[in-house]
Amino acid sequence: MASDADEMLRALGLQRVEDLFADIPAAVRLDRLDLEPGLSEQEVVRRITRMLAANRSMDDMPMFLGGGLYDHFVPASVRAIASRSEFYTAYTPYQPELSQGILQALWEYQSLVCELTGMDAANTSMYDASTALGEAALMARRIHGGSTFLIPRAIRWNRRSVLQNYLLGGGLRVRDVDYDRGTGMLDLDKLKEAITPDVCGVYVENPNFFGRFEERLEEVRGLATDAVLVVGVNPIAQALVRPPGDAGADIVIGEGQALGNAVNFGGPLLGLFACRQEHVRKMPGRVIGLTKDAKGARAFCMTLQTREQHIRREKAMSNICTNESLLAVTAAAYMAVLGSNGLRRVAADNIRRAKDLAASIDRIKGFEAPVFKGAHFNEFTVRAKSGYEAVRTGLLARGVQGGIALKRYLPELEDVALFTTTERHTPEDYAALRSALEALA
Amino acid sequence: MTFRQAYYDEPLLFEKRSQDDVPVDVKDLVPPKLRRERLRIPNLPEHDVVRHFTRLSQMNFGIDTGFYPLGSCTMKFNPKFAEELAALATVARIHPDQDESTVQGALRLLHELQRALGVIAGMDAVTLQPAAGAQGELTGLLLAAAYHRDRGESRTQVVLPDTAHGTNFASAGMLGFEIVEIPSKGGRVDSKALEAAVGPKTLAFMITNPNTLGIFEDHVLELADIVHGTGALLYYDGANLNAILGKTTPGKMKFDIVHFNLHKTFTTPHGGGGPGAGPVGVRAFLEPYLPYPLIVHDGPRYRLDYDRPKSIGKVRAWYGNFALLVRAYAYILRKGADGLTAASERAVLNANYLKARVETALAVPYPGLRKHEFVASGAALGAKGVRTVDVAKRLMDFGFHPPTVYFPHLVEEAMMIEPTETETKETLDAFADVLARIVQEDPRVLHEAPHETAVARVDEVKAARDAILSWRTATSRKPASL
Repeated sequence: MASDADEMLRALGLQRVEDLFADIPAAVRLDRLDLEPGLSEQEVVRRITRMLAANRSMDDMPMFLGGGLYDHFVPASVRAIASRSEFYTAYTPYQPELSQGILQALWEYQSLVCELTGMDAANTSMYDASTALGEAALMARRIHGGSTFLIPRAIRWNRRSVLQNYLLGGGLRVRDVDYDRGTGMLDLDKLKEAITPDVCGVYVENPNFFGRFEERLEEVRGLATDAVLVVGVNPIAQALVRPPGDAGADIVIGEGQALGNAVNFGGPLLGLFACRQEHVRKMPGRVIGLTKDAKGARAFCMTLQTREQHIRREKAMSNICTNESLLAVTAAAYMAVLGSNGLRRVAADNIRRAKDLAASIDRIKGFEAPVFKGAHFNEFTVRAKSGYEAVRTGLLARGVQGGIALKRYLPELEDVALFTTTERHTPEDYAALRSALEALA
Repeated sequence: MTFRQAYYDEPLLFEKRSQDDVPVDVKDLVPPKLRRERLRIPNLPEHDVVRHFTRLSQMNFGIDTGFYPLGSCTMKFNPKFAEELAALATVARIHPDQDESTVQGALRLLHELQRALGVIAGMDAVTLQPAAGAQGELTGLLLAAAYHRDRGESRTQVVLPDTAHGTNFASAGMLGFEIVEIPSKGGRVDSKALEAAVGPKTLAFMITNPNTLGIFEDHVLELADIVHGTGALLYYDGANLNAILGKTTPGKMKFDIVHFNLHKTFTTPHGGGGPGAGPVGVRAFLEPYLPYPLIVHDGPRYRLDYDRPKSIGKVRAWYGNFALLVRAYAYILRKGADGLTAASERAVLNANYLKARVETALAVPYPGLRKHEFVASGAALGAKGVRTVDVAKRLMDFGFHPPTVYFPHLVEEAMMIEPTETETKETLDAFADVLARIVQEDPRVLHEAPHETAVARVDEVKAARDAILSWRTATSRKPASL
């Protein structure tokens, strides 16, 4: 039997496949790709598995890293849902009649994000929290018109760097607002000084970069006058914390990875993005709307597309097209499996663990934790009085990955690190950390 | 082929009966002013949640379900072994802030992928950071701007052909650049128009090749000379790279900057909208500007190199969509040089064969060879009151995902069809047969299509007018909105 390829070539009146490339001029032709020959499936799996075996994962050693990404326990049901190939092998749901399943799942995701944040509308994702921040700043500019955007000086540095790139074309300036050296919260006097009529937006994180709860969002709202208030959240913490909407936030963003998605060496991630209804037509990204079909049945579809790149082109709210939808579906599944009871239990457990761990580190000679007193979520600052770098490498030699050194971000905290814990840590993990710290003290 | 999609009158999670809230004692945990009393997320039995999402999945159509010839989206089979690799703890449970000595495997994989993509595109250096194609465009334009700025030039215009993807316009617009759009001639870039459009203000000219009509811009070297003659840079939108693997490279075509869509050419699953990955390759003179960190290999160790004083900084957190990068690299290893070339050959053969079949039913403007896709026009059906949208909706009744419709704009009532290499002749024939049948059907059947999907034709106008994006908004309005 002739092969598919032969039959098709014959139908086209061609001899060789090469004839189909006759339109590529010789001057640009490539002889062959300088890559290895292909491998069997078995060989690929073996090669990559072995290569990656050089990594040490959280299965292999206790790690106390967070800083935006969190290793929470994910029930197997969540992965089973996200592994449905009807979801994960689909493209963007351009054709709603054939895609009601993912459209409803994404609308439910939007709804769940709105419950967490107290906002009215959410999009189906930005790439991660850092690009969500960039997009939020651009949106604040669209809403307010001013050209200065205020951010906390104590912020994950990659968020600052991404923000600057996103603002390159908008003529927007970023200004820092320092933190209070005693509490670790935003310094409201400094915020007051920084507010001018030109400020289009104020960004504040709760919990903040130090893991410390920002307890004065209402006051921030008051000081921000008519500027757009953008609040960055940890979605798990939101289960126990009042929604930023109650404090008058206009836009809420955050890193949604913690909602049932793996850490994955930093990607893919899930940029949360939600806002008040009045701003919805200025919001970036794909959104799913509620509607009806021709027979009057409930239906969902992508909507407000006139804000988007494929219709509005250079006047679009954003250039985003491919986003992180599957992570949004996973987040919806995670929230649905846990329910409010499960989410609140996880959040409370995280707070308690961080509190206990900080207290136990504080009792070790040569360490102070937390450096900033007061309520924290699941991470906190640790001061190593003899310097942190030696502690970090000493921990590593003892099979423990310590927290993130802060001196790169904030030079005044050169001996301070950010330590994180979640419900996945075992008593043995804590014991390993404590005994290593004691040995290093 | 007969088809009937599953339909469940599946309630929203919020409409299901929730078990009672269990109080959580947060007295010593959350400061009083911050404390939240209630979270309105239902508490449902695990089994019911699994059933809910399983039912939803059955009301969804993926590449595993059927033919998905969405033009410019390259919906090919997503190999399952790549999913298993991405689920390894050595992928899923590693943190980007770990000490480099504990992530040597990950860094090595990224380094090897940087190199492989460089070879495939004929570029000298690659960043894996961008999260998607559009972010690759943004990155590429940031690189071009940094390069010109470094040379003391202020260039503010981006030139685009009228066939360009919408993201090209939006990426340039987002960075505040002025857009100069040039018309096509005979389905190709008009070099006269390009010559007139470029000048000392031009930052870059962005094109795909083959273009969105599936036509190879065979005068690409002439275009490159025109662009480079003004000092501007030539940008390759990699959305259509699947057509040319092993046959030519953007480097051979004298492009300076290339973005890849790993979720297209390198078949990482698109996840119903994302995630994707949009690495960017450049020529050596642009390498200093690439986002940091790059993954470098010196001696026995792989390292994250932040010491890059001219770098544009970061375009997203950390190093890229790692779990997707693992899948893409696995795919490249599996295919190898010959397999990738064969993939393009078959993709092009499938597209030209299907074009020949479709031409018996619908007009395909612009004669000649196509590469990975072609654009048919439904304009002739207007005489009997049928539009492309009706044909698209009717295709669903036979178990086919419709093509991309109403793009590119220069073809009236466009249907942009990209079959990809992983489809058999049998599938292509079935699709062509159905299309030929549909164009003969009673217009009423088409106007009322689809008939076999979970829901009937969806009222998109109402969705936009109401703008109900959450349960919270829905319930704050008239109950009738649900």
